[in-house]
Amino acid sequence: MLGTIIRRLIGIAPLVLTLALATFLLLKLAPGGPFDAERNFPPEIARQLEARFHLDQPWYTQFTVYIQGLLDGTLPSLKRPGLTVGELIAESFPVSLTLGSLALGFALITGISAGIIGAIRQNSPLDWATMGFALVGISVPNFVLGPLLVFFFALGLGWLPPARWAGLDTMILPAVTLGMAYAAYIARLTRAGMLEVIRADFIRTARAKGLAEQVIVWRHALRGGLIPVVTYLGPATARIVTGTVVIEKIFQVPGLGYYFVQSALDRDYSMVLGVVTFYATILMVMNLLVDVAYTVLDPRVEIS
Amino acid sequence: MSEQVLELADGTSLWQDAWKRWRRHKVSVASAATLVLILSFCLVGPAIAGLFGLTYDGQDLALGAAGPSLAHPFGTDVLGRDLMVRTMLGGRVSLLVAAVATSVSLVVGITYGAISGYWGGRVDAIMMRFVDIMLSLPYLLLVIVLMAVVPPDALRLGAIDGSFVMMFAALGLVSWLILARIVRGQVLSLREREFVEAARAIGVPPMTILFRHVVPNTLGPVIVYTTLTIPGVILAEAFLSFLGLGIREPNASWGTLVNDGANAMVVYPWLLAFPGVVMALTLFCLNFLGDGLRDALDPHASQH
Repeated sequence: MLGTIIRRLIGIAPLVLTLALATFLLLKLAPGGPFDAERNFPPEIARQLEARFHLDQPWYTQFTVYIQGLLDGTLPSLKRPGLTVGELIAESFPVSLTLGSLALGFALITGISAGIIGAIRQNSPLDWATMGFALVGISVPNFVLGPLLVFFFALGLGWLPPARWAGLDTMILPAVTLGMAYAAYIARLTRAGMLEVIRADFIRTARAKGLAEQVIVWRHALRGGLIPVVTYLGPATARIVTGTVVIEKIFQVPGLGYYFVQSALDRDYSMVLGVVTFYATILMVMNLLVDVAYTVLDPRVEIS
Repeated sequence: MSEQVLELADGTSLWQDAWKRWRRHKVSVASAATLVLILSFCLVGPAIAGLFGLTYDGQDLALGAAGPSLAHPFGTDVLGRDLMVRTMLGGRVSLLVAAVATSVSLVVGITYGAISGYWGGRVDAIMMRFVDIMLSLPYLLLVIVLMAVVPPDALRLGAIDGSFVMMFAALGLVSWLILARIVRGQVLSLREREFVEAARAIGVPPMTILFRHVVPNTLGPVIVYTTLTIPGVILAEAFLSFLGLGIREPNASWGTLVNDGANAMVVYPWLLAFPGVVMALTLFCLNFLGDGLRDALDPHASQH
């Protein structure tokens, strides 16, 4: 299994490189350049800027220089002179990571608990209430939910600050907004998975040999019932990454997500290339981790 | 007695069975009815509102942003435009984007999946490897880059604004992947069946077998998946428009309306409330409709 993991890790590199190339070509093919919006430069200054960022060379030379620069961390941002892409990512990514992890943690804890309650009290009013709530959670987009939560909890009740990013109390609303849809989906997955497993033969065996209900639910049923949730974690992480873009805009969080949109709009070629490469690597490693977790939970699955 | 035998001999088709099962799913039926209402609200509504002097771009600057009243049931926005008509028109745009992107995904996904599954072997392996790679990429990041750097005017198609065309393309091109996978799986098992062998034996050309005999049999799962694609596309459109990367003025979609509403929420809460509620209700109903259809058409996949 270790061999497979290493082989998959090596396989990620060409994929990320292809994606980086596609992004770069997209940026180059689109009309307009990074310095178009500036005041009219005298031609010699424009030439100097272009030379500094290798924009006067053919695209493949540019691409190689940029990738080289990304790898050794010296690639400068086109729009923030003096700062490298690496520095900018290092400064803003921890914020996004905190936000994303809090959201995912919230989603997992509330989602799995609600799913378990729904499954062991199937068709009770409690089950209907949690599943109804879950459907609402899936249907309300986070950019509607966010402003609503701010309206009630920050502006109305005054319990939590409406925006900014400084201390745990400012993190609650963004994390809940981002995590709500995933919590809802995980609740449904857990409930369905648990119901499936509870009917399986090995659970009947466990009951027959007189195991306590607690042990059956927590040790046996939950492990099998969580497999769909684990599968969902791969795509969920990808969506949480893009979700942070919106949440960071609503709550004015200084993270990498919203910064990414800004640099795409500003045509900051090097920054966009850096962020896409960075995110792609993280997501593919995440997918690999999910596959590994899968084999741990379900002994029948072999990683390929 | 003889009557019963006759009835049995008639049999029920898959679709009659599914229809019966679906009608029992009360919430799903209610959702379908609500969707018809929302659809007529968006399509016929503006004409009726016009009789009362409410138009899309009619402005009452003196009135400004006013709360809901008899003259303006949803209130007016900061420019004194009637919010109800704007919600209807925004709905048209959102639903149009969803319809076009879903059609693109249906055509591409079914063709791709069917060919891959029917040919099998090396062709199948390569085609599916491509889908796997595409699915592992953080495509929304690429879509953000695409929407940010391509000027919409470059894509104008006659009277259709370029921002629409870009939205169709961006969302259509990424939503066919999972559909292709579903169709391929179905075709893979269908092509081994006797009726396909019979068709081959009497010399029906492969393409005819595939698209006349095999593909129609994959319809159940395709319908189910499509009802779940539509809310995803509506959400993606709103997400991009919310970031300011989608539909642009003077056009509006639910995404842009919610964005405007979120910005003015503190002072004029109805600007967020009405478009937000209509949009969330639509997503809610589509999700429920999809649930019911899955139970009806794909009983094995139902969640007890």
